[in-house]
Amino acid sequence: MEWLTLTIDGREVSVPKGTTVLDACRMNNIPIPTLCHAPELTSAGACRLCVVQIEGMRNLPPSCVTQATQGMKVETQNPKVRNARKVILELLVANHPLDCMTCQKMGDCSLAEYAYDYGVTGEVYQGEKRNLPIDSGNPFILRDQNKCILCGKCIKACSEIQGKSILDFSHRGFDTQVGPAFNLPYNESDCDFCGSCVSVCPVGALVEKQMVGKGRPWEVSKVQTTCPFCGVGCNFDLNVKDGKVIGVTSNPDAPVNGKALCVKGRFGMDMIYSDNRVTTPLIRKDGVLVPAEWDEALDLIATKLGEIKKTYGPNSIAALSSAHCTNEENYLMQKFMRAVIGTNNIDHCART
Amino acid sequence: MAENQRILVCAGTGCASSGALPIIDVLNDEIKRQGLEKTVSVVGTGCQGFCEKGPTLVIEPQQILYTRVTEEDVAEIIEKELIKGERVERLLLVDQATQKPVSSMEDIRFFAKQHRIVLHNCGVIDPKKIEEYTARDGYKGIVKALKGMSPEEVMEEVKKSGLRGRGGAGFPTGLKWGFCRQTPSDKKYIICNADEGDPGAFMDRSVLEGDPHSVIEGMLIGAYAIGADEGYVYCRAEYPLAIKHLGIAIKQAEEAGYLGNNILGSGFDFHLKIFEGAGAFVCGEETALMASIEGKRGMPRVRPPFPAVSGLWGKPTNINNVETWSNIPHILRNGAEWYGQFGTEKSKGTKIFALTGKVNNTGLVEVPMGTTLREIIFDIGDGIQGGKKFKAVQIGGPSGGCLPEDMLDLAVDYDTLTQAGAMVGSGGLVIMDETTCMVDIARYFLNFSKKESCGKCTPCREGTTRMYEILDRITKGEGKEEDLDTLENLAITIKETSLCGLGQFAPSPILATLKYFRHEYEAHIHDHKCPAHNCTALLSYSIDVEKCKMCSLCAKNCPTNCISGDKKTNTPYVIDEEKCIKCGTCIEKCKFGAVTRA
Repeated sequence: MEWLTLTIDGREVSVPKGTTVLDACRMNNIPIPTLCHAPELTSAGACRLCVVQIEGMRNLPPSCVTQATQGMKVETQNPKVRNARKVILELLVANHPLDCMTCQKMGDCSLAEYAYDYGVTGEVYQGEKRNLPIDSGNPFILRDQNKCILCGKCIKACSEIQGKSILDFSHRGFDTQVGPAFNLPYNESDCDFCGSCVSVCPVGALVEKQMVGKGRPWEVSKVQTTCPFCGVGCNFDLNVKDGKVIGVTSNPDAPVNGKALCVKGRFGMDMIYSDNRVTTPLIRKDGVLVPAEWDEALDLIATKLGEIKKTYGPNSIAALSSAHCTNEENYLMQKFMRAVIGTNNIDHCART
Repeated sequence: MAENQRILVCAGTGCASSGALPIIDVLNDEIKRQGLEKTVSVVGTGCQGFCEKGPTLVIEPQQILYTRVTEEDVAEIIEKELIKGERVERLLLVDQATQKPVSSMEDIRFFAKQHRIVLHNCGVIDPKKIEEYTARDGYKGIVKALKGMSPEEVMEEVKKSGLRGRGGAGFPTGLKWGFCRQTPSDKKYIICNADEGDPGAFMDRSVLEGDPHSVIEGMLIGAYAIGADEGYVYCRAEYPLAIKHLGIAIKQAEEAGYLGNNILGSGFDFHLKIFEGAGAFVCGEETALMASIEGKRGMPRVRPPFPAVSGLWGKPTNINNVETWSNIPHILRNGAEWYGQFGTEKSKGTKIFALTGKVNNTGLVEVPMGTTLREIIFDIGDGIQGGKKFKAVQIGGPSGGCLPEDMLDLAVDYDTLTQAGAMVGSGGLVIMDETTCMVDIARYFLNFSKKESCGKCTPCREGTTRMYEILDRITKGEGKEEDLDTLENLAITIKETSLCGLGQFAPSPILATLKYFRHEYEAHIHDHKCPAHNCTALLSYSIDVEKCKMCSLCAKNCPTNCISGDKKTNTPYVIDEEKCIKCGTCIEKCKFGAVTRA
């Protein structure tokens, strides 16, 4: 691998060829604020918060889309750069509701974090503010466009992670919005509710509806786990407060799925506390399902299957396995049917 | 009576909208009636440039220009000009300096200082006829290239000519072509940017309307040099006549074998299509333009990769604007050295400017690079309307800047103007006189930029609106002490951090007016006065008791009944400022100059 050396804030650093200035900074623990950048998405270079000063370059280039080159001299914190970032943050805050106290994103909001860091007051630019309706017509995602900073990450997540491309910009300039075609609410659009958009939103414009009011980021412990819904093996973080799961958030380090999840994994974990959940085996006695011990249930199945096989032959028995199970469990199921029962009558709900 | 006369009637968009098209019909009828059809022909041409005096027509070969012609004038023109050989004096142009009518085009200041290369055919030929183009050496450039020059030699010729992009930035054209040529690919595109969106600029429209074959020929030469076999003309849908004429020209060129496969037996293929834009200013930015052709939202993307490496559909693409392409056939036909004799050392050739605003002669003018602003405004433009005083000229549209009177002797070329805080840009020249408020002008341009911002990057999307709001407040007399610092800091940040040219140059009108007309801003903020007496909210009207004859005309005509007084009781007339809407009716009505505006 070819390496190059550049100077960042007077410090010489070496990075592999092909590294952006932003990554070069982050590899070396030099903080750069970003709003529209996400490592799993292509870079738009749109929010302009990551601007830096580079010797010999016109204007202040955005570090996220500028390639590091040999001998490059970068300044990330000089007064000119910090002033430009502050102006950009003031502009964003001037068109953003300041209801942080009641915002679900409080404590996890990139805009708030940078605004604090750069001493933004929210008072420099007084003028027009958006006043758009809140989209709460679906059970999963709460969408408040007034909080949207138009970073465009949700659009990219929808097209680049989920492959649905239901989101895009509409209107122009100050009136620009993000939404499904014709600005329909999510539940009237083609949205699958995978929630990838929520997982990348840096502010409170897109939040998990079921977690609203249930806990603040600092009250919640995150427990990485594997999704029980199917055999893919997606990982995510259970958000636990006071011993109770209040919801699910993406774990960017999940080895199988990254931030991607499906609607069940991200929004279906309330099934844990469902009254309809079956927690013990049930045996029908005199027409009524009665809770039983595992041993009793397994004994009953073994006996019944043995009797059927003996009376009607192995091909009178069939098994349908489930996508809920892991590959290993499904393998065992077919092995059991073929080797123990002696039939090829084995199928799977996700076969087609 | 001269034999074989031609009457060239301007049928460009400007003159057509002032009634030129029926004039052509009436001329034909009248010529028939007089039995002159064998010796006199009528030609509907593209823009002759003198839009403000339209409809215009030129009698050839005498080169007599008639202005503001109506259908009723036709019989007299034919009677006097074609039969008796006399002038119709009342339709001749009046020179503002001498106040005398001038008949011959050579004597008209508007034309005398121009040098027409790109506009060589505009207003002279019928743009719907390929034979009129070829009769004036049309398609000789591509023939020369295909019959005797290698693509490299063509590129070298363009490089040597010193031609720079006429779209505004002034990037050397030959160099740009070279980047695209060097990128290896199975497919390359060239594009003509005809998304001319600057308010006040209309040279690209006029060239497409008046001489569409010159653009096609330029693109053919470029495609040959670059190695492209397909091209697009991205033209805004607001230019229906340009699209129509270009469509006819493409068809004719295909039929004549200039477009298609194996052009002129050379083995070179080139196909050209028109793509109609949907009215977004930002689509003039090349990456947004390509996104638009691809069917995506017209939004710029970051560069690199540059279009020369990855452009339309991911293939190497070269984009030039209409005027640039239209220069190419002339360079090939006459050679780089010939071209190099026009212009300055670093800005070669000519540039078309759209001269508008408070100037006597408005219209399209083509001058050698290096001509001074004074020559353009006071010689070609014949000075300021109504004998008022010149104040500033906005150069380069909403992305350009205003220059004051003491910069009138600047030579117009890319580098000089950029240094002065303006830019050649699209070539819009808006002339302002003493009644123009510079804060209001900046506000006007910002209103345009904020509406046309695509919304992608933060500084342009949010910042143009905030700059507009501050300017709007200042013109309403609600400016605050800190506004100028806030405005300047915001403008500089937007300039330095925006993604594309639209955002980077949107603050230019503010930065230039702050640089040259800061005192006007200060007067608005500190004294609540508009020095140009333009900003309504800052005006106050009063009646001078000494001069007032108590005729009551002002009071009778006041739409809000805010003037009271009575001659019988000798009660002086006064204006109630609370109720006054500052419409100015009282000033217009007063015959004694008793009402004053401050």
